[in-house]
Amino acid sequence: MRDVSKTIWDVIVVGGGNAGLCAAIEAAEAGAKVLILEVAPKPYRGGNSRHTRNFRCMHQGPLSVLTGDYDPDEYYDDLLRVTGGKTDETLARLAINTSESCLPWMEAHGVRFQPSLSGTLSLSRTNAFFLGGGKALVNAYYNTCADLGVEAVYEAEVTHISLEDGAFTGLEAIINGETYDIEGRALVLASGGFQGDLDWLADAWGPAARNFLIRGTPYNRGVVLRDMLDQGAVSVGDPTQCHAVAIDGRAPKFDGGIVTRLDCVPFSVVVNKDGERFYDEGEDVWPKRYAIWGRLVAAQPDQVAYSIIDAKSAELFMPSVFPPETADTIEGLGQKLGISGTKLRETVEAFSAACADGDFTPTELDGLATNGITPAKTNWARPITEPPFYGYSLRPGVTFTYLGLKVDQTARVAGPDGDLLNVWAAGEIMAGSILGQGYLAGFGMTIGTVFGRIAGQEAAKHVG
Amino acid sequence: MLDNPSTTATAEARRQIEICNACRYCEGYCAVFPAMTRQRAFADGDMTQLANLCHNCRGCYYACQYTEPHEFAVNLPAALAEARQDSWDRFAWPGVFAGMFQRRAGAMIAVLIAAIALLFGMALWLQPESGEGFYAYLSHGIMVALFTPAFLFPVLALAIGVRRYWNEVGGEPVHFADLRQAGIDAASLRNLSGGQAGACNFEAEDRFTNARKHAHQAVMWGFLLCFGSTTSATIMHYFLDWSAPYGPLTPPKLLGVPGGILMTIGAGYLAWVKTKADPSLGAKAFGGEVAFTLLLGAVGATGLALYAATGTGAVPALLAIHLGCVLAFFLTTPYSKMAHGAYRFAALVREAQIKRQSRGGTES
Ligand SMILES: Cc1cc2nc3c(=O)[nH]c(=O)nc-3n(C[C@H](O)[C@H](O)[C@H](O)COP(=O)(O)OP(=O)(O)OC[C@H]3O[C@@H](n4cnc5c(N)ncnc54)[C@H](O)[C@@H]3O)c2cc1C
Ligand code: HEM
Ligand code: SF4
Ligand code: SF4
Repeated sequence: MRDVSKTIWDVIVVGGGNAGLCAAIEAAEAGAKVLILEVAPKPYRGGNSRHTRNFRCMHQGPLSVLTGDYDPDEYYDDLLRVTGGKTDETLARLAINTSESCLPWMEAHGVRFQPSLSGTLSLSRTNAFFLGGGKALVNAYYNTCADLGVEAVYEAEVTHISLEDGAFTGLEAIINGETYDIEGRALVLASGGFQGDLDWLADAWGPAARNFLIRGTPYNRGVVLRDMLDQGAVSVGDPTQCHAVAIDGRAPKFDGGIVTRLDCVPFSVVVNKDGERFYDEGEDVWPKRYAIWGRLVAAQPDQVAYSIIDAKSAELFMPSVFPPETADTIEGLGQKLGISGTKLRETVEAFSAACADGDFTPTELDGLATNGITPAKTNWARPITEPPFYGYSLRPGVTFTYLGLKVDQTARVAGPDGDLLNVWAAGEIMAGSILGQGYLAGFGMTIGTVFGRIAGQEAAKHVG
Repeated sequence: MLDNPSTTATAEARRQIEICNACRYCEGYCAVFPAMTRQRAFADGDMTQLANLCHNCRGCYYACQYTEPHEFAVNLPAALAEARQDSWDRFAWPGVFAGMFQRRAGAMIAVLIAAIALLFGMALWLQPESGEGFYAYLSHGIMVALFTPAFLFPVLALAIGVRRYWNEVGGEPVHFADLRQAGIDAASLRNLSGGQAGACNFEAEDRFTNARKHAHQAVMWGFLLCFGSTTSATIMHYFLDWSAPYGPLTPPKLLGVPGGILMTIGAGYLAWVKTKADPSLGAKAFGGEVAFTLLLGAVGATGLALYAATGTGAVPALLAIHLGCVLAFFLTTPYSKMAHGAYRFAALVREAQIKRQSRGGTES
């Protein structure tokens, strides 16, 4: 590797995920000399973006693989619904309105799309799926960067940003175990959230957070975010919150990604480690409920729960990556799961007895509800009686954190005394500026692409 | 072990396919993923079918977020390649030759040398009294006596192999529509085209190029042209009473010369890109595969050289070398990488069949 500290860079990009790569491409195309510093080794470059599958895109009429149309107001309404109004309308509308022109831009820079994946037909109008998923997108962008002469250094952790009088002058990075001071004229921060730092997560959420699984990269530890906040950068987003969904309890601690999702909950009874039910499993269709289940499980003892189905439901959902525990009796299943078999049998029997006759329709709310138990199950309630019985453990899996840097419409970072002169931010590190809570599938990549591109253009314009 | 498909290679491929089936990000690259999503559990025969459907385009490897050092250690192109090669060993008839040339360059070269030596010997000791062109060195009768069984035996062996394949994957009676669809897929190498990417990953890592596909098209179509050349000569000899040597504007030459050129260049190009690609994404059979590819190139190149040398003193030696290459190619076919053509075609037919049945159509 050549010594990157010997050059004064026009634009330094911290973090080589979707947002950072979009910024680097825009800046390099505008003629800037660009350096990307990425903490992960090459196989793990691309952070959480490696794990994504689609991006949500506004469009007036069919566009590439997207069917029908998805107008800005419908998009905005969808967003408001999940954030409960905690949304910055100006920035959100900017992201939405720009998303349409991003799709052809992405294609022009090597990204390929595919029709929506099997089992996700409901998203074929709103979300454009990447051929091969996010890692293929990341590869395409790194290749584009290489063709544009952008220098990318792996295993390079940025530890400190030097700010003087509201302006960035250089930064400190550890590369191959050695500390370097690297000078640059403009800075783009795209290093994601802090969910990889379990201590920070535990400070924010409480000790239970140590039992959470992290769905994405272990490298987003918020080092740069904290450094910036310590220097007075304005923060947005609730520092105590993270987006967590219920995933397979046997998933790896980090980087389990999409395959650890479990879609069986609506067809199951869910108990905690004491064998007790705690919430309506059939409240709504799974895509609308998997996020609240992250919190529900987080609130249970040891942050674990168990989803139990019988033979009738075994094929109603996407296959799981780990096979379920299987037994011919509920008691035996309880033992295999490591909870009291007797208690589990009592709970399941009480549940089954409370189920009524009626038509079961797995694909929509069918109103097939229990009678006389608390909590009730309000849809898809069928007795769990037909062996073999299957059980999955559930744990909270963190997708991202909300705390971030405050930016304006040009992606410029707000400092203690007004906007910083030459610092921009894009992607998860500033997503809190738009989303105060909740999450809309595919919006993370939209924020990263839109604001990454803006940040790159603005940074290049600044160094002119 | 040969009659038990639950080999470690199949088991490892199944482990990975189950991860993919929970993920499905790679659905757009090839037919393997849509075929996979039709099922939740994969019997040995299902794995054999998926393995032979995979064209090793490598798109799914470079796109995978679970490749090593990730603990899931997904490397689907390699896992399917191993399972595929094991399956060919299982299907080989007679079984003693299983895997003999597929993985071993040395065995391939030994057969080649023996075949060339045999033809030199025949040209020396069995030279006919009279004859025109090649037949001045090796009589027509001797050529027929040697090459008829050397051609028919591999055809029979492969036919038995494909039958075994068909049984293992649970194939059903074939409709014309299945053959037509498979023919289109094979002719266009659709599964080497990366879906919307329009190309595959090979010698340029995660960048998409068509080098391997184009090289393969040259070899495959070159081979078919050469095959057409020989067939036309046979017809002319036996049915039109028109025997060799044939002039430049006759069917054997019009087909054979471009065929030989395509095959030679294509094989050289295929072998060259293979040296640039990452060997850990294919089967552990590099030597045997390269030897096979180069043998094909040698068949084409020596054929062209023989034609170019017409009327010179080099003909007898070149004739022995060319026919030696052809003989070695034929004899090793059922047990070398060449068998892939037959098994892959069978896999494409089976895939077309399943898709037709799932559409509920029975029209031809
Ligand atoms: C399993 C999963 C699936 C998802 N699916 C989708 C989806 O389908 N659609 C969607 O829109 N969103 C999805 N998301 C959310 C999406 O991943 C993020 O919104 C998006 O990737 C954020 O992009 P980014 O560039 O800001 O961050 P990242 O892609 O995480 O990139 C940040 C980069 O910064 C590097 N870095 C961190 N700290 C430092 C440092 N100190 N020095 C140098 N480099 C550093 C990291 O290594 C990383 O490469 C998913 C998330 C997960 C976990
Ligand atoms: C049914 C038609 C065929 C199909 C679908 C097919 C498919 C393929 C595929 C997918 C590969 C690359 C993957 C791999 O290495 O396994 C390949 C390799 C190859 N094929 Fe074919 N093929 C067909 C017929 C032929 C024919 C007729 C020939 C020539 C006689 C041929 C010669 C080769 C060669 C030389 C290689 C390279 C081997 C290597 O690099 O290891 N193929 N084929
Ligand atoms: S190869 Fe990897 S990314 Fe592709 S479907 Fe399989 S697990 Fe998913
Ligand atoms: S290597 Fe290519 S053909 Fe084989 S499974 Fe992967 S994407 Fe499909």
